[in-house]
Amino acid sequence: MEEKVRSFLNSSFGEAIIKEDNFRGQQSFYIKPEVLIPICQALLENGELDVRFLADITSLDWLGHEEEKNGRFELVYNLYSLSHRYRFFLKVRLPGDSPRINTLTPLWEGANWLEREVYDMMGIWFEGHPDMTKILTPDELEGHPLRKDFPLTWEQPQFSWNKDQPPEVVR
Amino acid sequence: MGLEEKIPDSVILTQLDKMVNWGRKWSIWPFGFGLACCAIEMMSTFASHFDLARYGMEVTRASPRQADLMIVAGRVSVKMAPVVKTLYEQMPNPKWVIAMGSCASCGGVFNNYAIVQGVDRIIPVDIYIPGCPPRPEQLMDGILKLQEKIEKESLKDQHEEWGRRTV
Amino acid sequence: MPEEKTVTLNMGPQHPATHGVLRVVLELDGETVVKARPVIGYLHTGIEKTMESKLYYHALPATDRMDYLAPMSNNLGYCLAVEKLMDIEVPEKVKWARACLAELTRVNSHLVWLGTHAIDLGAMSMLLYAFRERELVLDVYEACGGQRMMTSYIRIGGLAHELPKDFDKKVLKIVKVVRERLNDYEKLLTDNEIFINRTKGVAVISAEDAINYSLSGPMLRGSGVKHDLRKANPYSGYENFDFEIPVGKNGDAYDRYLLRLEEIRQSLRIAQQAIEGMPEGPYRAHVPGVVLPPKEDVLYKMESLIFHFKIITEGFQAPFGAVYQAIESPKGELGFYISSDGSNKPHRVRVRPPAFVNLAALPRLVEGSLFSDVVCAIGSIDIVLGEVDR
Repeated sequence: MEEKVRSFLNSSFGEAIIKEDNFRGQQSFYIKPEVLIPICQALLENGELDVRFLADITSLDWLGHEEEKNGRFELVYNLYSLSHRYRFFLKVRLPGDSPRINTLTPLWEGANWLEREVYDMMGIWFEGHPDMTKILTPDELEGHPLRKDFPLTWEQPQFSWNKDQPPEVVR
Repeated sequence: MGLEEKIPDSVILTQLDKMVNWGRKWSIWPFGFGLACCAIEMMSTFASHFDLARYGMEVTRASPRQADLMIVAGRVSVKMAPVVKTLYEQMPNPKWVIAMGSCASCGGVFNNYAIVQGVDRIIPVDIYIPGCPPRPEQLMDGILKLQEKIEKESLKDQHEEWGRRTV
Repeated sequence: MPEEKTVTLNMGPQHPATHGVLRVVLELDGETVVKARPVIGYLHTGIEKTMESKLYYHALPATDRMDYLAPMSNNLGYCLAVEKLMDIEVPEKVKWARACLAELTRVNSHLVWLGTHAIDLGAMSMLLYAFRERELVLDVYEACGGQRMMTSYIRIGGLAHELPKDFDKKVLKIVKVVRERLNDYEKLLTDNEIFINRTKGVAVISAEDAINYSLSGPMLRGSGVKHDLRKANPYSGYENFDFEIPVGKNGDAYDRYLLRLEEIRQSLRIAQQAIEGMPEGPYRAHVPGVVLPPKEDVLYKMESLIFHFKIITEGFQAPFGAVYQAIESPKGELGFYISSDGSNKPHRVRVRPPAFVNLAALPRLVEGSLFSDVVCAIGSIDIVLGEVDR
């Protein structure tokens, strides 16, 4: 199955695939953002591979790491084939300032809430999404919590020596 | 009960206090405000193994207008905080609050941007029950301590005390 | 002629039948639901961000608090993902014990679902019965890990302590008792006319829609798709057990009810096989520098003491890369995507929450049906707000 996926993607979209990776037996392809929708469309139409299940959309932030030179944000699309029971990943790198990519909602309805969560927590904008609003964080919170430059904002616990002062917030 | 406002300061009530407090403590109507994991332990306490109905608390009202005791069970997030305040203000006097679990008492395991560090930053709390989640026996112990607290209350002080409470 | 407008009704965050702090904004035309929009986030805890600032070991108890009705399966998913990242092979006994505990967790979670779903539809005594059975499973948890709910018993590389001495007697007792009592519950609900009227034909979703919405677990199997991660991509020794996967036909709430009852029976079967065939062996893998040494060694041997100290304070350095491990939790496909940047703290821990993805299909299930079907649909999806909001 691994060979079938590789040959299918290389034959139709060979020039758009930057790299293929295999860590601990999990196959992943780094692709360019523009070919995401055509690749997913082709995978959905290919009856032999039967990749119809979008399991998850994950986002990562590589700020401060040497991987940042390839693009600060990384989106991981987790695709699964029900009949072959095979899972593989499509990874996309996006630049740090105003990251945008096309939405997968026309192809999979399940991508709706997953993309809303990625927007809320990481700040990646999905073009063409029907309802791009905050889903988890309160409306007053500005910023995107899972980015590396958003602090954890924890409070110093109050012991007997500082219980009379207001709690100190560490950013 | 507007009667207590009419009692002049020079009158001391003893048996009336005892009777009213006896009635109040044995028929508390809890408003189970179950938010997270502690809510499941609260449901276990109301179920048949650790029966809470023997203390007269089997009637859990869903509406805050009909409830006495608000058990804040679980972590209060920043988005939920205004809702907690609104519900507390909707409860009629006399009312009591139990903060069940570590997250409601002091923020618990979570010390970050999204969790209010203790529900007593928003509403006044009577009893704190630590634990993550507290065992049903701990919750019952907390409720018995609340009953002891209710026993010591007096009808005459209610008015000023509750005036201070709705803050 | 007065024009007809719809009424906007708010099923607020505090509601007796929404299983937590879920808010659904409904637009009603009479009694028919025209539009339903779930609003979540009232229990958002920032667990993923918290886990990024702690070592791998210290981030483990945070996973308990997500799906708090099935705490051991969250632990299992996280530990399997970290073990895959670090390439640790656990002993056979650990695999069998973990599978047994995961199945007891499934029984636990489905019993709570049964009790709360039935009380939403009016059958109040079912809640008391379900919680009575649940006490037996919580007894086992307490004997293993010391805590009734958030056990953190399944640790990286094995289990926290040795299994208790009367573990097999307790589990076999649970198997026997719950099996008999399940027949009583079936008599109470399955042929009950009120229950059938309230659940048959309600909250229907077809197989293609279920795959399109990325549903998993009993929601997907109720529509006829035979997909279970325990059989498809087996983990933690599930290939050794003999069990069946129940599949529904119509995709409505009644089918999902029957399916979950059958899943409880299959889980009891797996737990019985696990107890009868459990191999002997150590309860933790021996990987110095990564897995904590057993406590008996720490008290007597010098190297174990040093490793124990170093692992607890500094942790272990994980290799650069990312793994994804999915398990079949009672709610669906629970996945952990752990990305490591080469240091001792995880760079990103992503939890793929089954209840979040399943809840996104609520508008599809409910639009066009009556208002009282909303309560039935929410109960039938089996959500846990701790997991939806994380």
